[in-house]
Amino acid sequence: MTVQFTLNGRRVSFEGSGARRLLDVLREDLGQTGTKEGCGEGECGACSVLIDGEVVDSCLVAVGQVDGAQVVTVEGLQSPLQQAFVEHGAAQCGICTPGMLLAAHVLLQKTTRPTADDVREALAGNLCRCTGYTKIIDAVLSCAR
Amino acid sequence: MGLSAQPRKFLLLNMLTAVGQSVPRRDGAAKVTGEARYTDDLVVPGAWFGKTVRSTIPRGTLRSITLDPAFDWSRLVLVTADDIPGDNVVQLIRDDQPVLARVGREIRHKEEPILLLAAADRSTLEDAAEHIRIEYEPAVPVLDPETATEVYATIEIRKGKDVEDVEGLEVVVQREFRVGLQEQLYIEPQGAIASLNAEGGITVVGSLQCPYYVHRALKRALNLTDRQAVVVQAETGGGFGGKEEYPSMVAIHAALLARKAGRPVRLIYDRHEDLAATTKRHPGVIRHRTGVKKDGTLLLQDIDILLDGGGYCTLTPVVLSRAAIHATGPYSCPNVRVRARAVATNTPPNGAFRGFGAPQTLFAAELMVEHVAERLGMSSIDLRRKWMLRLGDTTATGQKLTESVGSELVLDAALKAVSPLRPADVPTAGPERSEGCRRGRGLSLVFHGSGFTGSGEKKLSGTVAMEALADGTFQILTASTEIGQGTKTIFCQLAADALGVPIARVSVAPQDTSIVPDSGPTVASRTAMIVGRLVQEAATEIRERLQTEKALPPLRVEKSYVQPDSIHWDETTYRGDAYPIYAWACTIADVEVDLTTGAVRVTDLVTAVDCGKALHPILAEGQIEGGCLQAVGWATIEEIKMKDGGYQNDRLATYLIPTALDAPRIRTILVENPYSRGPFGAKGIGELPMDGPAPAIIAAIHDATGVWLDEIPATPEKVLAALGNRDTRHGKRS
Amino acid sequence: MREVTYLRPKDMQDAVRLYRTTPGCRALAGGTDLMVMLHARTLRPAPRALLDLWSLPELKGIVNRPTKLFIGAAEPYTGIIRSPDARRAVPALVAAARTIGAAQIQNRGTLGGNLANASPAGDTLPVLLAYDALVITDRRAIPIDRFFTGYRKTALESDELITGVELPLDRQVAFRKVGTRAAQAISKVVIAVCREPARIAIGSVAEVPLRASRAEAALARGDITGAVAAVAEDIRPIDDVRSTAAYRRAVTQNVLAELLGGDR
Repeated sequence: MTVQFTLNGRRVSFEGSGARRLLDVLREDLGQTGTKEGCGEGECGACSVLIDGEVVDSCLVAVGQVDGAQVVTVEGLQSPLQQAFVEHGAAQCGICTPGMLLAAHVLLQKTTRPTADDVREALAGNLCRCTGYTKIIDAVLSCAR
Repeated sequence: MGLSAQPRKFLLLNMLTAVGQSVPRRDGAAKVTGEARYTDDLVVPGAWFGKTVRSTIPRGTLRSITLDPAFDWSRLVLVTADDIPGDNVVQLIRDDQPVLARVGREIRHKEEPILLLAAADRSTLEDAAEHIRIEYEPAVPVLDPETATEVYATIEIRKGKDVEDVEGLEVVVQREFRVGLQEQLYIEPQGAIASLNAEGGITVVGSLQCPYYVHRALKRALNLTDRQAVVVQAETGGGFGGKEEYPSMVAIHAALLARKAGRPVRLIYDRHEDLAATTKRHPGVIRHRTGVKKDGTLLLQDIDILLDGGGYCTLTPVVLSRAAIHATGPYSCPNVRVRARAVATNTPPNGAFRGFGAPQTLFAAELMVEHVAERLGMSSIDLRRKWMLRLGDTTATGQKLTESVGSELVLDAALKAVSPLRPADVPTAGPERSEGCRRGRGLSLVFHGSGFTGSGEKKLSGTVAMEALADGTFQILTASTEIGQGTKTIFCQLAADALGVPIARVSVAPQDTSIVPDSGPTVASRTAMIVGRLVQEAATEIRERLQTEKALPPLRVEKSYVQPDSIHWDETTYRGDAYPIYAWACTIADVEVDLTTGAVRVTDLVTAVDCGKALHPILAEGQIEGGCLQAVGWATIEEIKMKDGGYQNDRLATYLIPTALDAPRIRTILVENPYSRGPFGAKGIGELPMDGPAPAIIAAIHDATGVWLDEIPATPEKVLAALGNRDTRHGKRS
Repeated sequence: MREVTYLRPKDMQDAVRLYRTTPGCRALAGGTDLMVMLHARTLRPAPRALLDLWSLPELKGIVNRPTKLFIGAAEPYTGIIRSPDARRAVPALVAAARTIGAAQIQNRGTLGGNLANASPAGDTLPVLLAYDALVITDRRAIPIDRFFTGYRKTALESDELITGVELPLDRQVAFRKVGTRAAQAISKVVIAVCREPARIAIGSVAEVPLRASRAEAALARGDITGAVAAVAEDIRPIDDVRSTAAYRRAVTQNVLAELLGGDR
């Protein structure tokens, strides 16, 4: 089948089985490798992308399901969060960073003055093993002011 | 926040423009834009996909491998032990671990690699795997380390009198502690891509900590020369020890497939395979017998350590060594006996994990302080002050501490940070916060040897090179890897200030064994301190040659580690200077214990760390906070249950690590207490934060509930059972 | 791999037709379980087609009817959490939805999926039992207490699709989930309780999410202590990778006592 969607503001078209994981289509067919696979079962959030403004695990989405949708990956993100992550030490090994940024971005879109607890809840689906989360939370809060 | 105890000579360094500043990390921009390329992100034209077929039994003899003749095997490449051109050995300490199990030989653990497959697409691989029959002659597996008889290593440390001859013991406390398996859980699973190279050899690009470990292993198994084997580190998504030795296995497998297929092969583990097959932290049993006078004077520490090494040796003897040396805790005791033993069981091999044996034994040592204090009716903080190693004291191995002893500095700094502290006398059950929930606070004091144990650095003689280039820039050539901890940034800072140039003019060459010298592995809290010092020295020499000799670039300088004459170590007796220096930490944990469910939530963690000098405060704090949370996980929820010699928790839905909602607020206090031979005074702190939180949390649980646990993880199951036992003894709670 | 066909129906009628006529067809909503199993090839028999119900408007939305709240089978948990109607009428269901996974899973997981999966650990299922929900399908309404027929088995016919759930508006239900961590955790025990009428529904303690009939009988008599004691007889917990039977038994009693405000 043909699946057409908007990826980072550009119209893209995919030919193939609509049952394939969005994650694999992004990485292998569309060359967008910023989206990472950490577990393949919706536990780690490394493959987080935005679909129509909501954060989802792209390993759990059949590509046919994004036909007509707006998909945003880290490659399409332009947010003060990115600079803040560098400045606050919120990215160490960096493998969780793309997903973490997208989840944080949604929070800042929807909540004007999030608390630290709001940030923790918003990022609870994105596992980080390097930072202990403290600096990630600091980075997100620094962008909320 | 910082405390300063700088001797005068360090005050001269106020011209530093990079060191001590939290400059933007070198790899930051690439990591926040998605441009950073990790192994599986690399596009390699024509590459096939690889797969490892593994044993399903914990022990037995591999009888036969049978391929279904009805399946079309022409679309695949198969590799067995017969296809290994060199030695069928994963090069490390012992030559016991095969690259692939051989028919007729013993299988020693579940998930042991037997056969490799490669094909143009993944589904062919999956289909093929279902058409292979492997037959075994099973044997009874050894699963209990306490009854295991095959020994990988033993260590004995003795100080003072024989334990039987120690007199004046007025109080003797004995206790046994248990610590569980732990998975490193780097978020990027293991992976490597192998390609044929122009030298007639193999180039492997992978997710790894130690390029030259992999290089040696490749040479040995594939019978390659130094030049034929090339190892390149891709951007690496975390390691924590998990990518110290295991990547050699992945790399050899990928290389064997590439060699036979005559084309590149990608061997990328999925999370399930990574959890099921790769190394874990050694579980252990630690028994203490501590003898004191009634006033708390420490007279005797008699400690037995048992670690489970699993099916192959890997790094177990070295882990045991660090476990044994740290077993007394950071305390000065005149009479010590440590007897340590690591045994073989038919479980997947255990290996390197941040802390490397020390967290296991420090957990026991710190809780022993609590138990002795409780028995004596003393404050455990006062007891620590009485026992702690100070300048001039000697450790269990007889090492005299001559500089940068931070025990008291970190204890004071941590206590000050949480003041006003409750009266720090006998811990009492915390106030009930709400119905069914109690709060408590616990403290620990730990030390951790920076760099390799004993003569390790001397034997290794790690090397770095630095080049001054014609365009006025400088390049650092090192095999030390960036795995998130900040190696690239810190090395540039050190070089920039030693050279006296802006940091923008310094860069780090790729971690590629055809380009960089062997700086040793990126392990053991040695990178900033040992290799960083070499970077500083190389940069200093370049600066001198440019300035005083008026040398003109291009210019290259190499520096190798030279053991100072003052460091003495006798490996046969375990006497002497076990580490060049120690880093110190005091950790205070606040917990809430839910009496309904037994769940323990660590709400706050304060940790004061003597890091020598904070080369990059934000990166240093990042190391400490991340290490602390790994320790919180190990102490509370990270549990691996065994079944028939394999891990039941082999998916991310069953092996749980803390999320942002579970993580405590972590406050880090960097205490600067310079070390004369560290770069600008710095000591290694990569592993230290793994040591302190677990005993502090167990002490806090006791403070909250009155219940002592002797085993981690303190799962809700264990806590609720312990609370139930207490109820039986003391009547119904609250 | 056996090629899996992706089917997107035009409307509900088309979905029913495709589901009936396509061999080896599995219904796909948010994919939070199905996509994992599909990728890991753990589904037996292996599906040959996926019928994507995610975007069907008939299965979306939360509708306030005079005496009932209707929640579409493919409405994600996030929709339930954000719905003022759901928060007002069925706060325990909202509370349960908030404990599921984290944002990513709440944005995709659905009641229809939770029901069709029929996992004994399904977080919303005890709440639906406590509310006496009706499972609405393309052909009938199934009372929730007759829906779960065995381990991951339901009363659905092989070609029957769930369209939504109907819940009463005026019932006071209390809920607690016990998991290993604060988010992204599958439950060790999950309990929903209603005093009037007496409903005690528990997940992760048997092969199905169950109603604790002995405990309910005690509760109906106003005997809370009796209910807490009797619940031990109602459940059949096991040791597994997540917990132990002994722990589940103890925690079921502790949490039930907490929810009912009685002594432990």
